Amino acid sequence: MLTASLAACAASERDSAAGGNDGTMVFGAAGAPALFDPFYASDGETFRVTRQMMEGLVGYKPGTAEVQPELATGWEQSEDGTTWTFQLREGVKFHDGTPFNAEAVCANFERWYNQTGAGQNSALSYYWIETFGGFADDDKPSLYESCEAPDPTTAVINLARPTSKFPDALGLDSFSMQSPTAMEKYQANNVRAQGSSFVYSEYAKKHPTGTGPFKFESYNEGNGTITLTRNENYWGEKAKLSRLIFKIIPDENVRKEELLAGSIDGYDFPNPADLQSLSDAGFNVQVRDPFNIMYLGITQKNNPALRDLKVRKALAYAVDRKNLVQANLPEGAEVATQFYPDTVDGYAKDVQKYSHNPEKAKQLLAEAGHSDLTLRFYWPTQVTRPYMPDPRGIFNAIAGDLRAVGITVEPVSKPWNGGYLDDVNNARADLFLLGWTGDYNSPDNFIGTFFGSTENQFYTAAAPWGEDLAKQLQAADREPDPAKREAMYAEINRKLMAQYLPAVPLSHSPPAIVTSKQVKGLQPSPLTAEEFASVSMSEE
Amino acid sequence: MLRYTVRRLGQLVIVVAVLSILLFAWLRSLPGGPVSALLGNRATPESRAALIQQLGLDQPLYVQYWKFLQRAVSGNFGVSTGVQPGTPALEVFLQRMPATLELSALALLLAVAAGIPLGYFAARRRGSWLDNVSITWSLVGVAVPVFFLAFLLKYVFALELGALPVSGRHEAGINATEVTGFYILDGLLTREWDAAWDAFLHLILPAIALSTIPFSVIFRITRAAVLDVTEEDYVRTAHSKGLTERVIRARHILRNALLPVVTIIGLQTGALLSGAVLTEQVFNLPGLGQALSLGFQRQDFAVLQVVIIASAMVYVLVNLIVDLAYAAIDPRLRTR
Repeated sequence: MLTASLAACAASERDSAAGGNDGTMVFGAAGAPALFDPFYASDGETFRVTRQMMEGLVGYKPGTAEVQPELATGWEQSEDGTTWTFQLREGVKFHDGTPFNAEAVCANFERWYNQTGAGQNSALSYYWIETFGGFADDDKPSLYESCEAPDPTTAVINLARPTSKFPDALGLDSFSMQSPTAMEKYQANNVRAQGSSFVYSEYAKKHPTGTGPFKFESYNEGNGTITLTRNENYWGEKAKLSRLIFKIIPDENVRKEELLAGSIDGYDFPNPADLQSLSDAGFNVQVRDPFNIMYLGITQKNNPALRDLKVRKALAYAVDRKNLVQANLPEGAEVATQFYPDTVDGYAKDVQKYSHNPEKAKQLLAEAGHSDLTLRFYWPTQVTRPYMPDPRGIFNAIAGDLRAVGITVEPVSKPWNGGYLDDVNNARADLFLLGWTGDYNSPDNFIGTFFGSTENQFYTAAAPWGEDLAKQLQAADREPDPAKREAMYAEINRKLMAQYLPAVPLSHSPPAIVTSKQVKGLQPSPLTAEEFASVSMSEE
Repeated sequence: MLRYTVRRLGQLVIVVAVLSILLFAWLRSLPGGPVSALLGNRATPESRAALIQQLGLDQPLYVQYWKFLQRAVSGNFGVSTGVQPGTPALEVFLQRMPATLELSALALLLAVAAGIPLGYFAARRRGSWLDNVSITWSLVGVAVPVFFLAFLLKYVFALELGALPVSGRHEAGINATEVTGFYILDGLLTREWDAAWDAFLHLILPAIALSTIPFSVIFRITRAAVLDVTEEDYVRTAHSKGLTERVIRARHILRNALLPVVTIIGLQTGALLSGAVLTEQVFNLPGLGQALSLGFQRQDFAVLQVVIIASAMVYVLVNLIVDLAYAAIDPRLRTR
């Protein structure tokens, strides 16, 4: 016993003398990344990998959704909010040796703005379209106007109008800075549609080049592993791991077994039903702060009864959300009073609240003349989402509540990718279950996405206030004064809950991440955007 | 013989053509489709419409099929959207095929190596303990669902004893040189013995799980065939002629009993792929079976088309080989 611990001491001393831990961490991934060029991606599996290799002008403070300097050391905006000047970090190099400077920043922005053909499709450049709108050669207006590089350490971005999205949105993985040299050499913009899919560039498959603490080594598709190695020339504190491996394991049970057997060191979004047993078995289960929303969606297109505010309020009173959170969601989940969590600007404490009140629900339905209401209630199969770990259980709980107030529920269940999203996004449901995980800390990212357009899943076009709500959201997004902007969003939230109620917010649910005891220093992020550079492997 | 082979190959072409049309139409009639898979829950009606148009999914089916054929002729079978997004479907198929072939070969080897001798000796000593144990075991083999067996095997050998790996083809982080994509073979070719051994260890549990059904079938058919043949007139004649036991067993009983066994091995080879769907899923083997289950889950048309059509071709070819083998074993068929 004594000799063993002495040996362990000696080993750890040797490690620190060598200037770091030379461990390897193997992390279980649920799916294959689409590609390694984050600009064309919008899926978590891709971003989890590229985040370790690439950085943006701004980043998020570990463990929070707050913006902090990353490749830019500071920034300021002009009075009118349309000119943003970024001071850049000096002495930073991309993995291929290309210097990072203002020219590189502008090259990245110009690349994004000048996408053509397939590159303009929102299946690829989703985050550009969401954040900036249009491209150089299309007719949609773009938030982006130009980029200037007055000197190597100053980059100036000119916008068409002020926006609440800046600078936070620049921390999105899609807007990571990539090496202009490598992108040109391996034709990063060479994407095209073919058959029922897209063909990506050689850059995106084999040569992603950023400035981050890890470098791309290989993607072995036959064995389903992605290997990154430490960037020895990193500008900041170097990664403690010498190698970081992502192993693709699509089956949730197999991920758990691999962790139990010790062949992987961690995986994301463990099933809430497993949390207790994993933690009892000595694994480190970390629960992030919830940064998401699950809602009971209402589509106003098909059933005219749903255009009556009284009916929608009746739905809100009918659902026992407290019980839902306790019975169907993991520990740490909260009842949602509005469409985003309290960490986001503009959260209003004094919104109208709907406690569980079946009597009131019945009364409202009777007043509206819809006591014999029948609703097509959609729920998804073959899926779990961080905000929705158990769709069937959640559906059953809510359907039971609705039946209890005399509503006839016609259940419609479809596979997530096999018709569910199709039908819901084309406004074919009456009620549906869906949610959202925030990309960054901005009200616009939540309610702007939901209600900024009127012909989506909620179909607020059918409501007299639908168009007006979209306009209010647009005005708030364009307000340059942060204090005024926050007040505008709070006002929208109050109206959303009292006058509009286009859907019923249900819950904020904390996604977990599990690792073995050997993994030290992992800081969970509410954005589910963990950086593994701080992780080391202990030898216990 | 040659004419026969050519005719059968002609049939193969027809089978593939008809299958590809049916499959193409059927996949596109399923709800969802690649557009949902590509855009996820962030789709808007606008972005959906743009993508449908860009991918040409708004054109009539026959136009889409014609374009598919045109590309297919030049070896381009589309690009994966869900299984390995962005990778050409043919590449996905070729990368994954070795995993499935390795697994199937080992499973079939296990099934044959255990099924034929056990079946033969069980029949020779009918009613003995060996017979009873083997019959019971073969019943269990057919009856126990693969995923449950897989769970048991993993629990005992991987989690409790720690003797064998839980899943995958190689331990993550092993640095093996790839030559053919067959990991055991690659390890032997490059003299990376530890890589070959590691790949072999990874195959043991899945191969056992996959072999149970073919084993049971082969065992039972062998046993029944040997019992049948033993009662035949020509065996009695051989006995009365005074031939030695050994000659009778080898030349008269075993050889004749093997005819139905060869047929059944052929059929089981075809069935291995459907068994591999489940086995590869529970053992996380990146093979064709996993590609099929992920492909359906994620509506990956291109991968499904290639894998299903290629599997059908394999099935037809295996049947052809069985028929040819049949002719080799049974001279009566050759003269026809």
